[in-house]
Amino acid sequence: MNRPELQAMGERERERQQSYRCRLLCCASTPCLSSGATAVIEALKQFVKEQELDADVLVTATGCMGPCSRGPLVTVQTRDLEDVVYEHVTPELARDIALAHAAPEPRALERNLLAADSPFFAKQKKVVLSNSGLIDPERLECYVARGGYGALANALREMTPVEVCEAITRSGLRGRGGAGYPTGLKWDLVRKAPGTRKFVIANGDEGDPGAYMDRTLMESDPHRVLEGMAIAGYAVGAEQGYIYVRGEYPIAAKRLENAIRMAERRGLLGGRVLDSSFSFRIDIRIGAGAFVCGEETALMASVMGRRGQPSPRPPYPAQSGLWGMPTLINNVETFGNIAPIIDNGAEWYAAIGTDKSKGTKIFALAGTVATTGLIEVPMGISLREIIFDIGGGIPNGRAFKAAQTGGPSGGCIPAEHLDTPVDYDSLRRLGSIMGSGGLVVMDDTSCMPDVAKFFMEFCMDESCGKCVPCRVGTVQLHRLLEHITNGSATPRDMETLEELCVMMQETSLCGLGQSAPNPLLSTLRYFREEYQAHILERTCPAGKCTMDHVPPLEQGAELQRRSRSTTSDSEVS
Amino acid sequence: MSVVTLHINDELVSARSDQKLLEVIREQGIDIPTLCHLEGVSDLGGCRLCLVEVQGSSKLLAACVTPVQEGMSVYTHSERLVRYRRMILELLLSERTHTCAVCVTNGHCELQYEAAELGVDHVRYEYLAPQLHLDASHARFTLDHNRCILCQRCVRVCDEVEGAHTLDIMGRGANGRVITGLNRPWGECVSCTSCGKCVQVCPTGALFFKGSSVGEMEKRHAFLSWILNGRERKEWQW
Ligand SMILES: Cc1cc2nc3c(=O)[nH]c(=O)nc-3n(C[C@H](O)[C@H](O)[C@H](O)COP(=O)(O)O)c2cc1C
Ligand code: SF4
Ligand code: SF4
Ligand code: FES
Repeated sequence: MNRPELQAMGERERERQQSYRCRLLCCASTPCLSSGATAVIEALKQFVKEQELDADVLVTATGCMGPCSRGPLVTVQTRDLEDVVYEHVTPELARDIALAHAAPEPRALERNLLAADSPFFAKQKKVVLSNSGLIDPERLECYVARGGYGALANALREMTPVEVCEAITRSGLRGRGGAGYPTGLKWDLVRKAPGTRKFVIANGDEGDPGAYMDRTLMESDPHRVLEGMAIAGYAVGAEQGYIYVRGEYPIAAKRLENAIRMAERRGLLGGRVLDSSFSFRIDIRIGAGAFVCGEETALMASVMGRRGQPSPRPPYPAQSGLWGMPTLINNVETFGNIAPIIDNGAEWYAAIGTDKSKGTKIFALAGTVATTGLIEVPMGISLREIIFDIGGGIPNGRAFKAAQTGGPSGGCIPAEHLDTPVDYDSLRRLGSIMGSGGLVVMDDTSCMPDVAKFFMEFCMDESCGKCVPCRVGTVQLHRLLEHITNGSATPRDMETLEELCVMMQETSLCGLGQSAPNPLLSTLRYFREEYQAHILERTCPAGKCTMDHVPPLEQGAELQRRSRSTTSDSEVS
Repeated sequence: MSVVTLHINDELVSARSDQKLLEVIREQGIDIPTLCHLEGVSDLGGCRLCLVEVQGSSKLLAACVTPVQEGMSVYTHSERLVRYRRMILELLLSERTHTCAVCVTNGHCELQYEAAELGVDHVRYEYLAPQLHLDASHARFTLDHNRCILCQRCVRVCDEVEGAHTLDIMGRGANGRVITGLNRPWGECVSCTSCGKCVQVCPTGALFFKGSSVGEMEKRHAFLSWILNGRERKEWQW
């Protein structure tokens, strides 16, 4: 396929879509599927068949639309009306929706409507997810109809690899995998690194508890990731790419595999891409089921079939990665930003966001907010806007207490910092990190030492065990937090705890151990009085912890107290 | 091979550009503790005892895996480093059951030695003391997980020098275990040549010859340099 053929393919598909009077889009991403989307799609298809509306009504299974807690979601596109979105759709409601919209005089139902101008949609800016929820991820044509693979064609014909790297640098894009390393700089390092072969890896391991940005992108718009990788391959001089997909994401892996096959068949990947001299193959690697496999050196070990364990850097992957060759490794969301940057220009992209954090970021909004789901917002938006406007605030009349960002490597941000702009540097200053995009909202029933314990337990279970500070330190920190939350901690334990946190940050081999104390330290920073209440007064202000133990040295006195109270009880009765 | 110059504790020294920091530091007669490092096998960077401060780097670096660089300035014994080394040893002592008084390597144990050197006279952390197995199925050797510090020296020597790869690690984090074969009893592993290299390089009493009693198991790793010098430089001096 060459560029004119690509454009013709897009044109044909657009005409096909226009020929329908009404298009019913139903989300078929994991959250909606688990709340019953399969039956809804079946009902819609059944309806079209019964009513013999095949030529007028198109039913499409799409990717994620965003407000996942309100699924299954159905979007209706009609030629003359605005798009409308329905929430909590049942098979019965689906028939009613189809009936109302497919009628000669189409109208929207009054029930289960999600207003298009609601803050949930209005405050978002979709760049990476611009196709998500609007296209069928299993059809290449749908992606091409929305301009897909145009950026790759453009880069291959109009730009040199140096120019591609420069464009990415000028756009200000930073890695979305957590650390926020400038992407253009990384590409340029790999481009300049000497090596007979080079590799590109997309990191889709996504291990943070509760986060599903990368899964959604891979499930909803797989070609977007592939196109970004191919452009990267051209820019750095690689002919082979790998997507490392988390083992728990079978749907994402299946859709990616299908997408790779279709793109290869049409000459958009594989040998001589778009009739140029550039070849690029992509293979899928299924994750080995450990959080630490998302760390780049561990991930590469896993791709090569070894035990997924981090190794010391330097050498960095850009110098010596897969099989000792220069390797570019980026997060899948980072790759999702590439095509829009090439399409619209680096300056367009750099105009979104803040001074040092450009573009948009996808967050998985979870916890105690009215609407949870997947959102994409411009960098620099405040936490308050995300939680209270987009998320609709805290339900059940409770008060906001803290927002946790960055998962087990991040921290908690209290109410007084709700107006902080969300960007890499502001969050870091607050003792948290942007991370990959997990955002958990907590109300005043959450106990902060208990939250810290949850994340420490996660790190303890996921530590690979290679280095001592992380392997034993996480266990000891978890023990200390257990003492604090069950009432048996002493002020001395606090000193031990704080010293150990700093030591782990500074001595651990990889990012997991270095950042494992972050949730603990940030809750200490903002909620120290809660820790003190647990230790000094042996009470849990949030009422979460049972506090049924006593410090070891007070056990004797406690036993006496208990026996006295039981004897006096029996005397009464 | 080019030569680089660098500062170690403010002393100007020169080194071959392919050397690791640890080697250069030790050549200067500076005593720096290590547990996972073993001359003759690849480095792991796991015990973190050899951490040093390098000026201009915000992170502490493990000397055993860090290549030397022209103009670098390294400090090996700052107050912070010594304190961290002590904490690491305390963590190791708390992790399993290191009851020296009844251990076969009492008096010859590298963990015990380093702890004594650094003045670790008590452990602030809770003793985890999990009850682990002891594999005595091999005719000549015993593997006692209760004394293992997961330094992986045995794993590397068995793979890289003996070429048997009988040993490996299973599980992760604190649940990591050295395993023999595919987690079979050692005595049933046909790949094991009974060469005894793993026993000799184990820094603690986790691997020992059968029949040794308290304090009787002395390890010798000199054999490693004989083998490797012989293989690589054809120097066979006994
Ligand atoms: C413990 C640990 C887990 C990580 N998990 C992920 C992950 O799931 N996905 C990811 O993209 N990056 C993850 N990273 C970051 C990667 O090491 C790497 O920095 C990233 O993939 C680089 O891509 P970027 O420059 O596009 O951000 C993890 C890092 C650490 C230390
Ligand atoms: S910090 Fe933790 S996960 Fe990373 S190498 Fe050390 S033990 Fe493994
Ligand atoms: S005795 Fe030799 S072959 Fe057997 S496990 Fe030990 S090092 Fe490997
Ligand atoms: S000797 Fe360097 S980390 Fe163990």
